[in-house]
Amino acid sequence: MREGNFITTTIESLIGWARKYSIFQYPFVTACCGMEYMAAAASRFDIDRFGAGLTRFTPRQADVLFVVGTISHKLAPVLKKVYDQMTEPKWVVAFGTCTISGGLYDNYAAVQGIDAIIPVDVYIPGCPPRPETVLDGLMKLQEKIQKEKQKWSLKK
Amino acid sequence: MVIEKIAEKYSLNKINTSDEIPSFYCERGKFISLFNELKDEFEILLDITAVDFLGRRNERFDLVYLLLSLKNKTRLRIKVKIKEGEKLPSLSKLWKNANWLEREVYDMFGIEFEGHPDLRRILLYPEFEGHPLRKDYPLKKSHPRLPLLRPERE
Amino acid sequence: METMLLNIGPSHPAMHGTIQIKVELDGERVIKADVEIGYLHRGFEKTAENRSYMQVLPYTDRLNYVSPLLNNLAYAMAVEKLLGIDVPPRAKWLRMIFGEISRITDHLTCIAPIGMELGAFTVFLYMIKAREFLWDVLDATTGARLTTSYIRIGGVKADVPDNFEELLKKALVEVRKAVKDVHGLLSKNPIFLKRTRDIAVVTQAEALSYGFTGPVLRSTGYYYDVRKAFPYLYYNEVDFEVPLGERGDNYDRFMVRMQEIEQSVRIIEQAFKKIEKGPVKSEDEVVEAYEAIKASHRGKYLDKKLELNPNLEGMEKEIYDQIMAKVPQYILPPKEDLYRTIEGMIRHFKLIMSGHGLRPPEGEVYVPVEGGNGELGFYIVSDGSDRPYRLHLRAPVFSIMSALGKMIEGHYVADVIPTFASINMIGGELDR
Repeated sequence: MREGNFITTTIESLIGWARKYSIFQYPFVTACCGMEYMAAAASRFDIDRFGAGLTRFTPRQADVLFVVGTISHKLAPVLKKVYDQMTEPKWVVAFGTCTISGGLYDNYAAVQGIDAIIPVDVYIPGCPPRPETVLDGLMKLQEKIQKEKQKWSLKK
Repeated sequence: MVIEKIAEKYSLNKINTSDEIPSFYCERGKFISLFNELKDEFEILLDITAVDFLGRRNERFDLVYLLLSLKNKTRLRIKVKIKEGEKLPSLSKLWKNANWLEREVYDMFGIEFEGHPDLRRILLYPEFEGHPLRKDYPLKKSHPRLPLLRPERE
Repeated sequence: METMLLNIGPSHPAMHGTIQIKVELDGERVIKADVEIGYLHRGFEKTAENRSYMQVLPYTDRLNYVSPLLNNLAYAMAVEKLLGIDVPPRAKWLRMIFGEISRITDHLTCIAPIGMELGAFTVFLYMIKAREFLWDVLDATTGARLTTSYIRIGGVKADVPDNFEELLKKALVEVRKAVKDVHGLLSKNPIFLKRTRDIAVVTQAEALSYGFTGPVLRSTGYYYDVRKAFPYLYYNEVDFEVPLGERGDNYDRFMVRMQEIEQSVRIIEQAFKKIEKGPVKSEDEVVEAYEAIKASHRGKYLDKKLELNPNLEGMEKEIYDQIMAKVPQYILPPKEDLYRTIEGMIRHFKLIMSGHGLRPPEGEVYVPVEGGNGELGFYIVSDGSDRPYRLHLRAPVFSIMSALGKMIEGHYVADVIPTFASINMIGGELDR
């Protein structure tokens, strides 16, 4: 089939709609941002109403990897292994300034931004970010999932 | 007072500090017999740490031991001056948390302890070279464990 | 006998922190365990040697991140002892109230995962809901929910807002309700009792030899609390008790924390009566900043109250003396002086710029404070310059974690995670 005709774009938007409202997340929680992640998952600022409330603690069954908190050089191989074990399609969210650029810690121990290790889709800034910012970032991720194009041809 | 009698018996030098904790300098030779006697009075070993005086005086490191006695409600601070490369006996038979506290001092400063059951790095990883809290280690020098996809600081 | 090696790795479902436990199993019983820490080492002590005394303060918030105001308190008290300055009484009462609020959030955040990991998800939701009301109180006074930097060197940052009383009373009502509900759900529940009674028992002699302090030591029956033994602030003028346990197992550690929440609520109510009157404010008229500046161009000095930016509410000049010490060479001037007079600007400049800044005399100091997990203290060595020469944190969790390998020997694999949860390990404090 040629790319971009009426039937494939309707099916693509249907697949995108189904994927964005059923997110299985893997929270890789290390430090203080974990407290705001817990607050965003609890009953006042609910992420379950966006369809993202079910945490699967195994990378084989998860879609989205939330990296929450500072990553040190000792923990970097573990993060790469978890990312490699996830199956396609997969997305990565960098939560908090320590994962975007190292944050306050400009020294020998912290990785200065996790996009030196794995590719990142959405960046959520703040130290720690308020839960309203987390929900805004989640909605941007949902827009990105909706627009993703599928490959319809058989050649690789 | 118990502390005064012990200080006289081992001829320790008194130090002036800004808080109300009595502090003394001890020599390396009398170290282990002093702590064997202090074990009866002081139940808890609070902390072991070190300070690096590079270039400011002859003996490079200053080891600081902090003890707490709940019967008499006092604390006590004992300091020992050592040069680079010298070793001290380990206290892991008298207080059990000295095991991990001495491993942390070895990891950060490179000071070794004799008789320690398991002396290896605790907060950093085996591929790390050097001891970070020494004054001649630069702040931003890192040893990455993985090849990075972009230069670290742009 | 063949044994199996199992790795409970650095990224695991328990909501506590990154730690690696390698256990050797015979069937389902643990024979030997090896604990590896250091996955959150961020280099705090080396960074603090390159920053001035005021710039280290935001780093102390992120150490024990469930009770951040208690770390600020420990650091501020150590530096004030080194400088030799004294804090006004209203600031001490405010420090006590906010310190106890932090202790309540620490215990709530510890009990919530204990329930969740044993299968009771409702306990998690009730405790986090109560914590949100306390964070509303912090948000209205300090401006941030988690990393506040409220307790500064010389006093506190700002005074309480106008609706403080109703926010605080609502928060305490919600905390009491949540504790009562969780008592009804867990304390006499036969499933909970079977899973936590007589697991990981620690005797008093072992606890003292491993250097335990705080709720974990009090659950074995030994009475040591820094607030009663070496009192600081106004803890010898309020009336509270210290709960003790009997056997030192997981159930006693849980019950000691639940009862400490109740005692902290009592302290807050008594301390609130002392500051109920509010700061002494006058009823003069308020003038905007540009009018004062235009009048100063004409040579006149308008001696009226300035209207400040709403982000600086609570820091007006007339209440500044009641919350900050009055020592010009170490403490920043109030904002009206900074914006209007040249002497205020010079004083501010000389305290902030690198190379100048607050210089304490030479010496060393250690001041202990009762943190959420035990005795917390900063050991600071100063050599007369504007940066600390050596800064070391005595972390209470470090000594307690050295006993974890011994505590889980002989029990099942399913008991490893609840034991680890009852110790309340916080990665920022353990690894610094």
